[in-house]
Parts: sequence; C-alpha cells; structure tokens
Amino acid sequence: MEADRPATAQAGEKTGLGDRVFVLRDVRKVYRREDVEVWALRGVDLDVLPGEFLVLLGPSGSGKSTLLNMLGGLDRPTSGQVLHLDRDLTTLDDAALTRFRRDHVGFVFQFYNLIPSLTATENVALITEIAHAPIAPRDALELVGMLDRADHFPSQLSGGEQQRVAIARAVAKRPDVLLCDEPTGALDVESGIRVLEVMADVNRRLGTTTVMITHNAVIGGMADRVIHFSNGHVVDIEVNSQRIEARQLSW
Amino acid sequence: MVCMRALDRILVRDVLRMQGQLLAVSAVLACGVATLVLSLSLMSSLDRTQADYYRQYRFAQLFARLRRAPLDLGDSLAKVPGVAQVQLRIVMDVPLDLPGDTAPSVGRLIALAPETDTHLNELVLRQGRLPSADATGEVLVSEAFAAAQNLQIGDSIHAIANGRRMKLAIVGVVLSPEYIFQMREGAGVPDDKHFGVIWMNYGELAAAFDLQGAFNDLAVMLQPGASAADVIDEIDRLTAAYGGTGAYDRQSQLSNRHTTDAILQLRSVAIVPPIIFLAVSAFLVHMVLSRLIGTQREQIAALKAFGYTGREIGGHYLRLVLIIVLVGTTAGAVIGQCLAGVAATNYEKVYRFPSLVIHFEPRIVLTALLVTACACIAGAFDAVRRVVRLPPAEAMRPEAPASFRPTLVESLGLAHWFSQPMRMILRQLKRHPFKALLACLGIALGTAVMILGSFIQDAIDYVVQYEFYQTRRQNVTLNFVDVRPPQALNELRRWPGVLRCEPVRTTPVRLQMENRWRRVALTGLAPRSDLFRPLDEHLQPLSNLRQGLALSIKLAEVLDARLGDTLAVEVLEGMRPVRNLMVTALVKDYSGLNAYVEAETLHRMLDEGACCSGALLSVDATQLTPFCEKVKATPRVASATIRSALLRSFHESEAKNLTLMRVFNMMFASIIAFGVVYNTAHISLAERKRELATMRVLGFSRGEVAQILLGELALLTLVALPIGLAMGRGFAAISVWALNTESQRIPLVISPATCAAAVATIVFAAAVSALVVRRQLDRLELLEILKARD
Repeated sequence: MEADRPATAQAGEKTGLGDRVFVLRDVRKVYRREDVEVWALRGVDLDVLPGEFLVLLGPSGSGKSTLLNMLGGLDRPTSGQVLHLDRDLTTLDDAALTRFRRDHVGFVFQFYNLIPSLTATENVALITEIAHAPIAPRDALELVGMLDRADHFPSQLSGGEQQRVAIARAVAKRPDVLLCDEPTGALDVESGIRVLEVMADVNRRLGTTTVMITHNAVIGGMADRVIHFSNGHVVDIEVNSQRIEARQLSW
Repeated sequence: MVCMRALDRILVRDVLRMQGQLLAVSAVLACGVATLVLSLSLMSSLDRTQADYYRQYRFAQLFARLRRAPLDLGDSLAKVPGVAQVQLRIVMDVPLDLPGDTAPSVGRLIALAPETDTHLNELVLRQGRLPSADATGEVLVSEAFAAAQNLQIGDSIHAIANGRRMKLAIVGVVLSPEYIFQMREGAGVPDDKHFGVIWMNYGELAAAFDLQGAFNDLAVMLQPGASAADVIDEIDRLTAAYGGTGAYDRQSQLSNRHTTDAILQLRSVAIVPPIIFLAVSAFLVHMVLSRLIGTQREQIAALKAFGYTGREIGGHYLRLVLIIVLVGTTAGAVIGQCLAGVAATNYEKVYRFPSLVIHFEPRIVLTALLVTACACIAGAFDAVRRVVRLPPAEAMRPEAPASFRPTLVESLGLAHWFSQPMRMILRQLKRHPFKALLACLGIALGTAVMILGSFIQDAIDYVVQYEFYQTRRQNVTLNFVDVRPPQALNELRRWPGVLRCEPVRTTPVRLQMENRWRRVALTGLAPRSDLFRPLDEHLQPLSNLRQGLALSIKLAEVLDARLGDTLAVEVLEGMRPVRNLMVTALVKDYSGLNAYVEAETLHRMLDEGACCSGALLSVDATQLTPFCEKVKATPRVASATIRSALLRSFHESEAKNLTLMRVFNMMFASIIAFGVVYNTAHISLAERKRELATMRVLGFSRGEVAQILLGELALLTLVALPIGLAMGRGFAAISVWALNTESQRIPLVISPATCAAAVATIVFAAAVSALVVRRQLDRLELLEILKARD
C-alpha cells in the first residue's frame, strides 16, 4: 500500500549541507499495532535552513506531528535519516536525545504546558538553569511582552499570556530550532495573533529557526515556506517571497 | 442494555489496566480483614471450646485444699445445701527424677478417693488405657508433660514420695479440664518440662503419704442456682478443723483463670490491632480510590458527553470498588481463617484442649465486608461526584492550571535557599495541603501499625527482665514440704554452688475490702533481702512497710483499695487468724496478684517463730548439676524452680503464641505500609504525568524529573515518620490497656530497635515504591501524553 512517491523539499536556492539546521532523507515512519500497520510518513525529504520560519500545513493524520516529533528528538523514524548539523539523530540513545532536546530544541505546545506550581519567571528559569548560555528569564519575558506579569502563576494568566510565557521558556535557552505544535490552536483570534507576532519577532530578532504546525492556512502567509502534508507525503512546498506581518492576518 | 455492555467492557479494561494498583489496595484491605478474622475466629473458637470442654467433662465449680480429713467428711460435704456432687482426692506435689534431666521437676500426683464421684473433672484419654484397679505403679500423665519430656506409653519415671523412690509406669496420656493450662502455683510462667500432672490409684498414693481413708483436696459441682458464696462458707466451716485453706471458685482456679485471661488477652493482641488495621486500611482505600478516580477525569467526562447519566457512571465506579472490596475481603477471610488454624495449633501447645477446632464465623466476615465496603464506597462516591458535576466539555479539557502561590518560606524571603524542584515540591504540597496531609497520615499509619505489630516482644522482654532479674534475683527457688525452722537454711548454705540463701515464708490468704475479695499468696519479706526485692510504683525497692501491707497495683485496683485503706487479711491455714492491715505500699508487677508484708508481721500473725516455707538461692551456674542432684535427694524439698529452665520453657511455649501473633501482625503491617507508600507514589505520578512529561520533552533527564516526584514522596515520608512513631505509641498504649488482666499485664515499652525496624520498613517500602514509580516514569509515553490533536 505504500505509495513510493518521493517528495522533494530541498531548498534549492541555499546550498551546502553545513548551512542547514536539519536534513531529512527518505524518512518513513510506520506504527505497528497488532498486525495493523499505520503509515505516518511515507518517505519525506526536507532541508531546514538556519533562521527559516516554516509552517507545516495539512489535515489530521497527514504526518505533520510525526515529522515535528522527529525534529525534536521525541520519536525515531522507521527508516531514513534525520540529520541535525551533520549528526544523525536516528542513531542517538535516549540519554543523548534528552541532551539534544535540552541543548538545541525549544518546544511550544498547543496547551502551553506550563508548570502550574511555578511563576512565569520560574517557568522560564526552569529551562535557563539547565541551558548553556541562556537569555536571562526576565529578558526572555520582556521579549514576549510579559515582563509585567513575571511573578504571576499560570492560573493567574490568560491562555494567550500563558502561551507567550511558554514561548519565552522555549527561546530562553537560545535553541537552534523552535518547534511549535499548534501554538494558537487553543486561543481566540486576538490572543492567537499576539502570540504569532511574538513568534515572528523572536524569529527575526534572535534568528531562531522556527517550525510551526497549524491547521490554519492563513498563518502560512507569515512563513518563509509552507510545507503541505497529505497522507504521509510532502505534497507541496510554497515559498513566500514576502512574509506577511502577523498583525495583518485574520481568520 | 447495549450501553451496560459497553460499561462492562470499560470495567474489565479498567481492572486490567490498573491491576497493579487495585491489587495493592486489595492487599491492604485483605490485611485488615485477615487480622480481624484471624483474631475473632481464634478467640471465639477458644471461648466456645473452653465452654464445651467444661460442660462435657464436667469441670468442677468449687475447689478446696486441706491438710488431711477422713473420707467420712465427704458425706457432710455432700449434704451442704447447693452441692450437687463432691469429689474427694489426694493431691501431692513431689519431686520427680527424670532420666537425662538435671533440672528438678515436680510431679503433681492425684488420686481419686474410692467411691467418690469420678464424673467430675473427667479425664480425656488421649493414648493408652486407664490404670488397672489392682495394679501398682501404673499412672496417667498429662499430655503437656508427656510431650515436653517426650514420654511414651510404657516409659517409667520416678517420683520421690515421702523420701521413697516410687516407680511410675506410664499407661496412658490424658487431658484434664482442671489443667488446660498447666502451671504450678507461684511459678509465674508455665514449665511443662519440669511440672507434670500424674494420676494414679488411690491406695498406692494414700499408702505413700500415710493418708489411707483420708483425702486432702476436693472439688464440688453446684446445683443449678446455688449460691457459691454460701457453699464456700459452709465448706470452709466443715474443713476448718482439718487444715482447710478455704474453698475457692473457678475464678481463682489457676488453669481456668489463665485460660480465660488468655482469651481476654487475645482481645488486645487480636482485637485492638485488627480494628486499628481495618480502620487504617479502610482509610487508605478511601484515600487511594478517591485520588484514583480523580485521575480518571477525562474518561468520566467522555462517558458523560456520550449521554451516560451520573448515576450510571457512579454505578460503574461502584462496581470497580466492589470488585476491590470483594477480592480484598475474600482473600483476607481465607488468609485469616488459615492463620487462625496455624495460631490454634500453637495455642493448643500451651492450652490443652481435646480439640481446638477453628469455626468459620460468617458474622465476622460480613462485618469486615460491611466496614470495608462502606469505607471504599464513601471514598469513591466523593471522587465520582466531583467529576460528574463538571460540564463534560470542561472536564474533557485538560485540567486548568491549578492555582499556586508562594509558600510561607518564600514569602519570608527564603526562596533562594530552595532549588527550583524543591520549590515545586513545596508549592505542590501547599497547593493540596489536604491531599498531602492524607498521604502523610497514610504513611504515618503504616509506621504506626508496624510499631503496634511488633512492640509486644519488647514488652515481654521487659517483663522477663523486670520479674526475673530486677525483682526476683535468685536463680533457684525452693519450696519445702512443710514449714521449716530457720536453721534449715544453714544446711542449704552448705550445698554445692550456693552463694547466697534467704528464707521465704508464704501463706495463702483471703484479702477482703468491703464486699470485694481475692485469694492470694501472702509473702513475708525478709529484712534486708537481697534476692527478692519487689519494687514500688516508682521502681524503688519497698522500704519500710510499717507493719502494713503491700499490694500489686492490679490487686489494689480489683479490690478498689488505696494507700491508707485497711483490709481484712484472713490466713487460710493453721488457726486461720484474721487481721486488719493497712495498705502502706503498692507494688509494680506484671504477673498475678501479689501481697507482701514484712516477715516479722507474718510470723506474728501466724503466731510462729522465724520459720520459712521455702528458700531463695543464688547458685553458681556452673554448680547447678550437683546442686540439683542434692535437691532430688532431699525429701523435704517439695519443689525447686531453676530460673534458666523456667525461662527457656516459657520462651518455648507461651511466648511463642505472642510471638506468632506478632509475626502475623508485622507481616500485615508491612503489607499495609507498603501499600500506602506505593499508592501514594503511584497516584502522584498519575496526577502529574502531564507536567512531568512536559519537563522530559523540554530536555530534563529522567533523573531530574524523578527528583521532583520522588522528592515529594521523600519529604512526605520524612514528615510522616515521627508522626507515625507517636501514633504507634498511642496504638500500643490502647493495646496495653486491653491486655491488662489479673494474671498478666504488660508495660508500654517500645525499644529503639522496634522503632528502627518500623522506620526501616517504611523507608524500604518507600525506596522500592520509588524504584517502581521511577521505572514507570522512565517508560512515560511522552507523545501519548502531550499529543496535540493531529
């Protein structure tokens, strides 16, 4: 049943493997559950460039989350290569993957996942304490416009505010890549746009490569490239010559 | 119907999925039920067996001893109003000469007068046959003695009767309702190996002691409704001229009192702990279930969203709870019943019944079932109600972040003293203080039941130390056949190995305070006694009694006598004088009811010189063998008690019963303790899975994440331990209170070793639980937990 149609998603314009943050080659993922095989990825090739803002679009079950998990070292492909700066993530053990996440990856989740028992600053500090050359927690909060609420607990913040703290937490360690799984999925339009503004701002000011999953096609307008997924394949790559400002988006 | 089947499926899946935890809860429950069933079954079986035995073998109701009376007196006794039957007999304690045993042994020779009523105190023939009427030297021996000395039918032993060696051939092994508990008066602890009861033909025993046509002991069965007190008065009047020492009822009969007290004592080793155990396990199950169901929030919300009613969902969890209750109670009942059988086998070695059958008591199991079911349902009800009340849409969303605030220590500006994980732990505890309190209480209860289950050994050790080393410092006690002049001691001092020798004078008395009375042995204390030093309630040796009376604290309690009160003291031998004595001291002791006066006072009361009825000796331990040889060769010595032999025998018999109960209790306590700690850790994990998974994804290592969860457990355990030790002391105090009987008391003594063992068990349980939870933490499915809807 496997459709063997390789999708080419290299960024042709920029060259040299060393430039790329991630290089994925023929990545396949199959989940086996009691004799039933579910193909999540059916051979994906993708290069992710430094400082790039990528949006992954596609219906449920198309493979976006699986791909994001591979980039974040949360999952391993069944076959294929996932290279991060020349290092093959597929060969790393659990401890090394933890190390990789700690040093190189920032995560932003749909439901923020702040630690409820820690204040905004402390949630950020949780990460900066284990990072190499982090941004000071308060500076990170300033970056997302949350400095005035630095000492609030998650329960005292709105959803959008919690998500901005989560972004501050993710970027404070100066990650190579910021991985966001539907960061606006649980937010109203206004809060969502505010969060997207922050993300675009961080991407621009810190140059953090950002990969974001969304169901919302409109958001693709603010990306450098939009990767369209369907049925485990990359079916289209849309390159935006001009990124739209987040505040100009509406849905 | 369709939806019911769906819920059935969920039920089965839930049970399978949570089997580890449900099993842990059931195990805790089973322990509570098992202790209850064990003890109540054992107690009610002992109670019933004793009553049946007494009825079936016609255990007498009154007893009396005298010096020597003609058998004709039996007719007068039988005519006393209220008397149904009289049994006349000769009862003589004599030294035994047993091959291969150097320690002196005492045989109680019993012979029934011819034509007396033989249907009282009937013997149970266990092996062999009765002695032939005309044969000489044929005897029956008590089963306890035969077992301890490994005597078989056909074996012979020798008794020293009135200075003559009598050969006694064993033809049968018997039990007697008079000697269910076989102990010599004044011994303190039973010693089956060195005290045996022997039945033989009247003619032979009468001849040996020059008692032909006479008797020196009697037993009486009363007519229904007869007044025991009136009959006792009449018997006393009739026997006074024959050296009667006063009739007494079953309550003062040694074996009956000990057996009855043992059943009473079971109530403390066996009722108080189980009730506490059951209460603790019910509490734990309540706690665990309510938290367990709390973690099922999303499933409950989903069911509700599908249109299940709150009642149906409640019913679903009720069935889950009932499964736990049924599994726990059934397992507990079966285990308890089996252990009751094991315990009964042990009890039978000390309390000799014809057959101790453990009855199954459905009543007990039903009680346990009811208690546990109520506790569990209450625990589940609360949790289910909380979740069912939520609108489904809200419940299906992950819980909103809980409100947290800085803890007090942080408000005080001490925040920088704590690491981030430590702050998370502290705030978590502060956020859910009630939950933390319950968890803490659970672990503390685990510690407490450990103490409760094991302190009895400390108490026994203390009592042995106190009674046999601090108070009675002699290692040999001799009783003379009759009262001897003080010069007799000079001879004893020349015996091999004797380092010190003091006289002792004991006489049976009846102490009366208003309408309350007890028959006890009154001991005259030698002035400046070094070997026997009863201690007062402040643990000081009794000093000047000022010609007054010293009573066991317990004796004073049963007579309701206080310091300064005056008691009537009726001597039950000789001229039977009655004197009024003032209570001038109270004695702290743990065995029997005892009364003391200065020797001088006793001699004056008895109108005698400084004579003695026995002697206390300190004998060089290396010289015990030649010393015992000497005892055996001395007819005037009725009995000799060697401390080391007595204690060894005690540890092999009665102490074993308590130890066995202790082992059971400790076993259950460990399981309960383990169950609590494990569940506490496990539920913490379930409740905080999402948070911990987030941290893992953010790059925290397993160890770092575990630190937060397990740090909380460690902190709770640390706080719980001292609380648990204090609660354990409280439980032990309740137990001690319930153990307080006339024949035995135990002190509230908890050794550091017992505390250390309890702490070690809990710490061990915590460590193993932590390890298990840590493994589950390692296997945490990060993606499952954090999965955003793709």
